[in-house]
Amino acid sequence: MISLEAHLRARRSQGRKLLVPYVTGGLGKDWIEVVRACAANGADAVEIGIPFSDPIMDGKVIQEASQRALDLGATPESVIAQAAAIDVDIPLAVMTYYNLVYRMGHNRFAASLAGSGISGAILPDLPLDELRRGGFDSAAELHGIETVLLASPTTTDARMVEICEAARGFVYGVSLMGVTGERVALADSAKIMGERLKATTDRPALLGVGISTAAQAREAAGYADGVVVGSALVRKLLQSGGPDEAGAFVAELRAALDS
Amino acid sequence: MNAPARGETVQLDPPGPEPTADGRFGDFGGRFVPESLIPALEELEESFRTAWHDDAFRLQYSTLLGEYAGRPTPVTECHRLSERLGLRVLLKREDLTHTGSHKINNVLGQALLTRRMGKQRVIAETGAGQHGVATATAAALFGLDCTVYMGAVDVERQALNVWRMKLLGAEVVPVTSGSATLKDAVNDAMREWVASVESTHYCLGSVMGPHPFPWMVREFQRVVGDESRKQCRAILDGADPQYVVACIGGGSNAMGTFAGFVDHCPDVQLIGVEAGGLGLESGHHGAAVNRGVPGIVHGMKSLFLQDEFGQVLEAASISAGLDYPGVGPEHAQLAKLGRARYEYATDDEAVAGFQLLAETEGIVPALEPSHAIGWLAREAGRSIPAGSTVLVTLSGRGDKDAAQLMERLGEL
Repeated sequence: MISLEAHLRARRSQGRKLLVPYVTGGLGKDWIEVVRACAANGADAVEIGIPFSDPIMDGKVIQEASQRALDLGATPESVIAQAAAIDVDIPLAVMTYYNLVYRMGHNRFAASLAGSGISGAILPDLPLDELRRGGFDSAAELHGIETVLLASPTTTDARMVEICEAARGFVYGVSLMGVTGERVALADSAKIMGERLKATTDRPALLGVGISTAAQAREAAGYADGVVVGSALVRKLLQSGGPDEAGAFVAELRAALDS
Repeated sequence: MNAPARGETVQLDPPGPEPTADGRFGDFGGRFVPESLIPALEELEESFRTAWHDDAFRLQYSTLLGEYAGRPTPVTECHRLSERLGLRVLLKREDLTHTGSHKINNVLGQALLTRRMGKQRVIAETGAGQHGVATATAAALFGLDCTVYMGAVDVERQALNVWRMKLLGAEVVPVTSGSATLKDAVNDAMREWVASVESTHYCLGSVMGPHPFPWMVREFQRVVGDESRKQCRAILDGADPQYVVACIGGGSNAMGTFAGFVDHCPDVQLIGVEAGGLGLESGHHGAAVNRGVPGIVHGMKSLFLQDEFGQVLEAASISAGLDYPGVGPEHAQLAKLGRARYEYATDDEAVAGFQLLAETEGIVPALEPSHAIGWLAREAGRSIPAGSTVLVTLSGRGDKDAAQLMERLGEL
């Protein structure tokens, strides 16, 4: 299993801006191929969404993708098991909601991620205090799973320090007040978020939510170590795009980040 | 002792107990939300705690409850229903409040708090539309902007309430995600709040959601139970009812009622009646305490109807207000402790309760409390021994359900 944080730090130290695309697990038979295509076209890690019935941090596109994956029979177990077949040389992280983790049990969940070669977990409805109180942080650590934490534009400076210290893998800076989804322009808050994170921590700091185009990705990456791009990619998959379209889009993002 | 009576000034009892610092009622509760909402929930918690102990705020609130909402509401002794059931039945008449249900108690408190926090806009979720109408009402009264999220299916079913909300100046957003009912309306309201939290208060309608909502909404509803306790003692020569019964969706009218008895009257048996739908074995019901398992949804750890993987299931009930797959965390804890009992009434039993109260007392209840009446009718002389004294909270009036029942019952 590749360490998410060590890998991102190493890539960053080469002067590279980091790119983490998001793919909904179980969305179509070829979703594994989609992840491979992301890796082959310049992704530095891939986020795999485990679909949940009530994704409150997600906008329309990822809601629809989640529902479609659920309708196709995706379960946390099936997505994690299928991910074991993803033979790529970049780390993987799952993004899902805490109820699925809680139902499976902290230890079983973390162990099954490790068993499939998945390095990290992102749980947007498990904020720092509940992460510690419930003890998922220690279960994750026990199995070598890095728990990514989110920081938001409304997070206070003192809390941002705590979040950056407790986060593993990278810190996910939410670039705007809102849920996931494409936006016409990069929010002004993205710059502030990137600068605050960079002033707070040496841990890799990525911006996500509302970063939809190559130009936006390039601009956002100027304020932080890199970007997460989800809805724009998933929309292509919903519109019957497959690995080729995903690969081409990731390549376009990569080129913009490298330019 | 003077019992609260109509037309008198509303006297609030002292604040009730708080959950733990991390928002827990025993095992349940908490604050499981996106990071963006954490500062707002901390601010809300602090604002509410300060306001709730501030005499000026309490006077504003109790004055509104009296002069605007029409409190205190009476407790009515039901002679003919009592005779029919072989019990002594008292009804707490929340149906007589302005807007026709207990929901007004909570929204007036939250609207005052919204103004105190300097916010100009409220959002709310609604199922049947009662909480949406109440929120739109308070928003109109306070000059706040108001957006109500309502499942597209419910928008169809409750056209009258949609029209009322619009009349009151609210924007009604039909929610098409998921099953397009209450659960999805909560999801969309929370998503909208993530985007607008700096200027907007989420006026949550039940004792659910992330801390401090379950506590705050219980406190804004406890006037129901505190009044009832005193009124019952006046009627019962100083005694308490043996049983206190209320229907449960998220559980706000029940929690408000129970709050007046749970600590004051340890011998009073508290009973929550959930939506039994087509029966618990059918899978079509809303009985989250009876059939749910612990989980984390909508910001709280509580009991939810869910599959083996943790995907939330659809609730089903004849009553849109009980059509919710979870329950407030304090109820989950009362159930765990055995301090309250959680029963259910099916759709058919609720309809029977609806008709029974209309025929015997001339009171047309909402379909939600009809579950409590229907359950009582089933259990009278069985788990509720003949001659027992029972208080039932009549959480709302049935006008909103007339069209639906007319279709179901046909010519009478």
